[in-house]
Amino acid sequence: MNNTNTLTTDLVRHDSAGLWRLAWRRLRQDKVAIASLCVVTIFAVMMIASYMGLIASHWNAEVAPSYAPPSLHAVTNVANTKVVGIANPQAGPPVDISDIDPLAPRYQEWKERTANIAHEQTQHATSLILGADKWGHDILSKTIKGSEVSISVGILAAFLAVVVGTLLGAVGGYFGGVLDDTLEWFYNIFTSIPYILLILAVAAVFSRGFVTIVLILGLTSWTSVYRLVRAEYMKHSERAYVRAAEALGASHTSRMFKHILPNISHVMLVQYSRYVVDAIKAEVILSFLGLGIPVDMVSWGSILAETQEEVVIGKWSQIIAAGGSMAILVTAISMLTDALRDALDPKLNE
Amino acid sequence: MNAPLLNVEHLQIQFVKKNHDAITAVHDISFTVAPQQIIALVGESGSGKSVTATSILRLLPRTARLSANSKIEFDGKNLLALEAEQLRAIRGKEISMVFQDPMSSLNPVFTIGQQLNESLRLHLKLSKRQASVRAIELLNEVGITNPTARVHSYAHQLSGGQQQRVMIAMAIACKPRLLIADEPTTALDVTVQKQILDLLMQLRAQHNMAIMFITHDLGLVHDIADRVVVMQQGEIREQNSKAALFAHPVHAYTRALMACRPQLDSRPMRLPVVSDFIDGQQQVNVSEVQRQRGSAPTDNIVLEAHGLQKYFTLKTGWFEQEKLTAVEDVSFRLFRGKTLGIVGESGSGKSTTALLLMRLLPASGGKVLFGSRDLLQLNDAELLSMRRRIQIVFQNPYASLNARFTIGQLLLEPLRIHHIGATTQERLQMAAAMLERVGLPKEAMQRYPHEFSGGQRQRIAIARCLMLQPEVLILDEAVSALDVSVQAQVLNLLQDLQNEFGLSYIFISHDLSVVKYISDVVLVMQQGRVVEMADSDQLYASPQTEYTRKLLNAIPGR
Repeated sequence: MNNTNTLTTDLVRHDSAGLWRLAWRRLRQDKVAIASLCVVTIFAVMMIASYMGLIASHWNAEVAPSYAPPSLHAVTNVANTKVVGIANPQAGPPVDISDIDPLAPRYQEWKERTANIAHEQTQHATSLILGADKWGHDILSKTIKGSEVSISVGILAAFLAVVVGTLLGAVGGYFGGVLDDTLEWFYNIFTSIPYILLILAVAAVFSRGFVTIVLILGLTSWTSVYRLVRAEYMKHSERAYVRAAEALGASHTSRMFKHILPNISHVMLVQYSRYVVDAIKAEVILSFLGLGIPVDMVSWGSILAETQEEVVIGKWSQIIAAGGSMAILVTAISMLTDALRDALDPKLNE
Repeated sequence: MNAPLLNVEHLQIQFVKKNHDAITAVHDISFTVAPQQIIALVGESGSGKSVTATSILRLLPRTARLSANSKIEFDGKNLLALEAEQLRAIRGKEISMVFQDPMSSLNPVFTIGQQLNESLRLHLKLSKRQASVRAIELLNEVGITNPTARVHSYAHQLSGGQQQRVMIAMAIACKPRLLIADEPTTALDVTVQKQILDLLMQLRAQHNMAIMFITHDLGLVHDIADRVVVMQQGEIREQNSKAALFAHPVHAYTRALMACRPQLDSRPMRLPVVSDFIDGQQQVNVSEVQRQRGSAPTDNIVLEAHGLQKYFTLKTGWFEQEKLTAVEDVSFRLFRGKTLGIVGESGSGKSTTALLLMRLLPASGGKVLFGSRDLLQLNDAELLSMRRRIQIVFQNPYASLNARFTIGQLLLEPLRIHHIGATTQERLQMAAAMLERVGLPKEAMQRYPHEFSGGQRQRIAIARCLMLQPEVLILDEAVSALDVSVQAQVLNLLQDLQNEFGLSYIFISHDLSVVKYISDVVLVMQQGRVVEMADSDQLYASPQTEYTRKLLNAIPGR
């Protein structure tokens, strides 16, 4: 065996096409999937840029008259004046002319006070692609800023839900017996409580904020991934490859997470991207109900909540901006999910 | 000879796939089927025999393309040019088909009577009442006992053999002139297989129909066919009448197929494989030396089972339970360096016994002595160290290798679990040496299981077990899923490994010829019990029980 001396550890490297790589190859041939992936990437880049303050950092600035319509040119040349404070508090001594005019002492004071008011002239934006809201905020910037909360809530809440669901499902499905029965009881009780009620209850306990939303959504939506993962584990723990691992002496943990988990990861991945969509939508509902993010932040949900009065008076820009971006992102993720399922399903392999 | 019933000429079928080269599944084949003839299409997996059969009824998937000069004529009509409407009139009525797996071919939500009635009413325009009467007649004809009651059964309430009988009843319902049977007995036990074949022969005589019989088993062909077509890699290697083909096989591949199957009357040191015939052409050195098998009183016992039992309890109601016996009082001795063969039909408890020995299922009773220890009493830590010494290879190499692991990872895992080898480097060298030992290049370590064929995967599974250098290897139908030529290679490998490492095998199979070939001692099981146990030559020469005799008589091609 002289030639084996040249062997190195890279013999176990994943050099040849594994199932993931095959799935990626299949996905690459799917034009719809690639288009969806591009859309999702654009949104992700946008969100990161916004988070780093590269774009939309002045979403809160008043850059146009209230409800300015969308336009690509400056709406008006009139500068907007805003009082920001007293410019020169140390004025000279007042001249007494009170005998002529009873109000004379006041004139000087008023004049000085007027002079001392500092003005800051904020320039109107030269273009407002999506118009302005009630307070003259640029809706485009607002929507971009809003994506930050919406998308990250989606990603984090879905992650939490998948982790919780997978852990419980793996334990229940793999071990079965009393452990599984207990988890099933818990699951049944949990799902018998109406979803909205559960959310309201949790929201009432925690203070309003980003983390709370993530926790609420994550801890209330693990149920369907739990059921799916449990079913997969029941199926796979009887499979010959798991039996073979047991015969070799592999431990329960190793069989559960090293052997079975990679084989059902496609289920988790598809569920995950479904949950992202659900969580983005649920954040809207929470904000709409006033249980969402605090007032000094903006999300697509809070934008949509604002629009309920605006639509009545014919102001469409906000609902189109927030609703539209949500619709585009959610559709893209859904189509990507479909394509992922097709690409990952081992049964469809050739 | 009168005009052929079916005439296939220059049939060429390709499968096209996006961004891939077209794969030619069938390459320019021609053959004819005479009325009332039984023609057998024989070949291993990938030979294109099933594709050929399905193309006759135009049931091919949409990705299939037939070349322009392909011609399939049935009774003078060009099947390939028929409109959908005309084709439907032929499907099921003139030509019908029986598939391999009756369970998945029958609809589980309808009774078998309803399914039979459907085709009767569709093709023969019978009234509801007439159809019901005819359905019962048909079931009677295919040998279903008590057909008036059975008509209301669902598929799952019937045994595999009965299901296949129902499928045949459906196929002959409209008195077709050609019956295509695609591996109709492969999923069935050997005794049931014999009954189904007898039934087919009898029906052919009654209904004057031709049968196209697709199979991988030359033994079956020998029993029933009039004419044989041997296919390999989408091409016809040889076609001839049965008598001529078996007497004077011309093509090397045909001769190889005949030779690779273990025979009941001889036991060569190693089985010939296809490459012997293809490369060496004529001079095949089928060694005259016979391998000696059998036990001697001086043999050392390595493993001994006493009164092994396994019950399953089924919940039949809130408080009622039913006890189901899987294994009842099984005792045997395994001698060091020898092979114990376990044969039996499905449900006989032979695989359950293997799982009990491996402690993959908890036993309900009995003892398994391994050395001085009782395997069934070991705690977890002791069991882990015992796992080094007794290993198992499962039937389906596609299912028993984790698809997400590279071969390297698969082979290194047992070493990691049992802390064999100090460094990864050392373990890799052991794995590479073992791969070469089972006949695979060491580069295979970087690849994933799906890149290998069935036979190669089974080699990998065997290699993984041998990494632990066990004393006992249980082979649970380990060669049953393989093609005959590959099966011969794996059997040769197993015998070589046994000689080299002094392994003791427990070889479980439903295939009596293979068990005869590889075993020293054979144990026959039926319904969880040991029926008979003896040295293999003795058992096959003079079976002592009725059941063993029945099994041996059902072996095709003897």
